[in-house]
Amino acid sequence: MLLAIPNVSPRAWHVWRRNLLVFVKTWKVNFFPPFVEAFLYLLAIGVGIGTYVKEIDGIPYVNYIAPAILAIAVMNSAFFECTYGSYVRMYYQKAFDAMIATPLSIEDVIAGELLWGATKSVMYVLIMLCVLSLFKVLVLPMSLLVIPVAFLGGLMFAALAMCFTSVTPSIDALNYPSFLFITPMSLFSGTFFPLALLPPIFGYVALTLFPLTHVVAIFRMFTLATLSWTIVLHLIWIFSVTAILWVLAINLMRRRLII
Amino acid sequence: MISAGNLTKSYGTFTAVDGVSFSVRKGEIFGFLGPNGAGKTTTMKMIQCVSPRSGGTLSVFDLDPDKHPAEIKQRIGVVPQETNLDPDFTCEGNLLTYARYFDIPAPLARKRTDDLLAFVQLLEKRNVAIEKLSGGMKRRLILARALVNSPELLILDEPTIGLDPQARHLVWERLKTLQTQGSTIVLTTHYLDEAARLCDRLVIMDNGRILEEGAPLDLVRRHAGEEIVEVDKTDTVITCLKGLDIPFEVAGDMVLVSTDRAHDLARILLERCRPTKMLTRPATLEDVFLKLTGRRLRD
Repeated sequence: MLLAIPNVSPRAWHVWRRNLLVFVKTWKVNFFPPFVEAFLYLLAIGVGIGTYVKEIDGIPYVNYIAPAILAIAVMNSAFFECTYGSYVRMYYQKAFDAMIATPLSIEDVIAGELLWGATKSVMYVLIMLCVLSLFKVLVLPMSLLVIPVAFLGGLMFAALAMCFTSVTPSIDALNYPSFLFITPMSLFSGTFFPLALLPPIFGYVALTLFPLTHVVAIFRMFTLATLSWTIVLHLIWIFSVTAILWVLAINLMRRRLII
Repeated sequence: MISAGNLTKSYGTFTAVDGVSFSVRKGEIFGFLGPNGAGKTTTMKMIQCVSPRSGGTLSVFDLDPDKHPAEIKQRIGVVPQETNLDPDFTCEGNLLTYARYFDIPAPLARKRTDDLLAFVQLLEKRNVAIEKLSGGMKRRLILARALVNSPELLILDEPTIGLDPQARHLVWERLKTLQTQGSTIVLTTHYLDEAARLCDRLVIMDNGRILEEGAPLDLVRRHAGEEIVEVDKTDTVITCLKGLDIPFEVAGDMVLVSTDRAHDLARILLERCRPTKMLTRPATLEDVFLKLTGRRLRD
C-alpha cells in the first residue's frame, strides 16, 4: 500500500508554480540568507579554522569545505521547505484542501511540493556558487555540474522531509528530525573533515544512513575536479533512495489527508 | 446531476453517513439540513471526490467519483465551510492562481477574475491582501473562487456562516442569479430561513440518515400544519390542553400547538384555558426541523 506507485499528473507543476510565484514576490528576503550564509561559512570555518588547519590531503582547507557548504545548503533548503513550509501550508493555511477541490489530486499536490523543494535547493546553490566563485575556491566550469545534482539531492531531502511532515503530530515535533538527524548529519558526513579520521564504524553509518555523505562526495569531485568512478555508486545510492522516499512521502501524505 | 444509492461512509466503527439515497436534478437548488454531526459535510466531501465512499453507489454527471475524480472536479465549484483562501496572494491573485489549477488559459482567467470580482462586489479590493478582508468579504471571495471554472454544479457548505444580514442577502441573490443562468446548486445550512428561501428541494439528515425529503413548503404542511399557536407554559394550560385532547409540544417556556385553523383554535384556547400570553404564526421549516431532530443540544 505505502509502496504503490503514486499516480502523479502534470498538474503537479501548478503547485510548483504557485510556490515559485510566492518566492519571487518576496525575493529580497529569500535571496539574502544563502548569500550571507556562504560568506559566514567561508569566513568562520574557511579562514578562521583554515588558518590553523591549512590543508587536508594536500587541498587548501577552504577549498575542501566549499563543496560541503553547497551540499549543506541543498539539504537545508529542501528539508526545511518540506517540513515547516509544507506543514504551514497544509495545516495552518489549509492550502492543500483548497487545491484538491480542483482537478488536482493529493498526489499532484505533494509531488508539486517536492519538486518545489528541489528547485529551492538549486536556487540556493546557484547563489552560493556565485559567492564561492568570487573567492576562487572551486574549479570552473566543472563545478557547474553540481547544479543538476543539487536538484536530485534536493528532491531526496524534500521527500525525506515530507515523510516526517506526514506523521508529525504538531509543528513543534518537527524539531526532532531537525535537531536529531539533520544537525548531526551536517557535521558527520565528510563535510568539514574526512570520515577516515574517525573509527571505521562512523564511515559505515554515514554511508548507509546519511544521504548528505553522498551529495558531499559528488560535489567535492566536481569542485576540486577530482572525478573518480565511485561517483557512479554515489549516484545509484541517491537515485534509489530518492525513488523510494518519493513514493513513500506521497503515499504517507495521502494516508494523512484523504480520509 | 447527482445520484446516490445507499451511500455510506464509516471511519473504523463510527458510521458518519449511514446508507443515504437521493438524487439532485439539473438546475435545482438542493439543500442538506441537519444538526451538527448529521453527516452533511461528509456527504458533500464524497460528492466533491475528496473523500472516498465506504459503500453504496454514487455518480456525479453520470461519472463515478472513485474512477474519474479529475473530470468531475473540473466541472464543479466548491465553497468550503472553512475559509481556506491563499494568504500569500491578493484577492485577484487568489482567483488567478485558482484558475490555473483548472488549466484555464491566462487571458480567459483574467477576464473571469474581473467579472467575478464585480459579481461579488469586490472590484475595489482587487489588490488587497486576504488578511485585510472582513469575514464577509472573505466568504464572498470564496464564492467568486468557486465560480472561476464556470461550474455546472456548485457545492456550498454553509455558505453564509458568520455573515451580516446585508452580506447574506447578497449571497442569496447571487445564488438565485446563478440558478437562473442554469447552474445546479447543492448546499448545506443551519439557517432554516435560508433553506426555506433558497431550496427547491431539501433533505433533513440526522445521525447519518435522511429523515425526510421534499420541497420546503410540502414538508411544513406535512409535519407542522399551516400555523402554530404558541401559549405560555403553565400547569393550567397543560391540564386544559390535555382535557381538550389537543396534541401539543413543549419548547422552553412555551407550548406549541400546530393547526390548520389557527383562528378557531385560538378562540377555544382563550375561552377555555385562560393563557396569559398567546400568539399565532405561520408554521416554518424550523418547526419541522425541531420536530424531526428533537431539541436535544448537539456538539
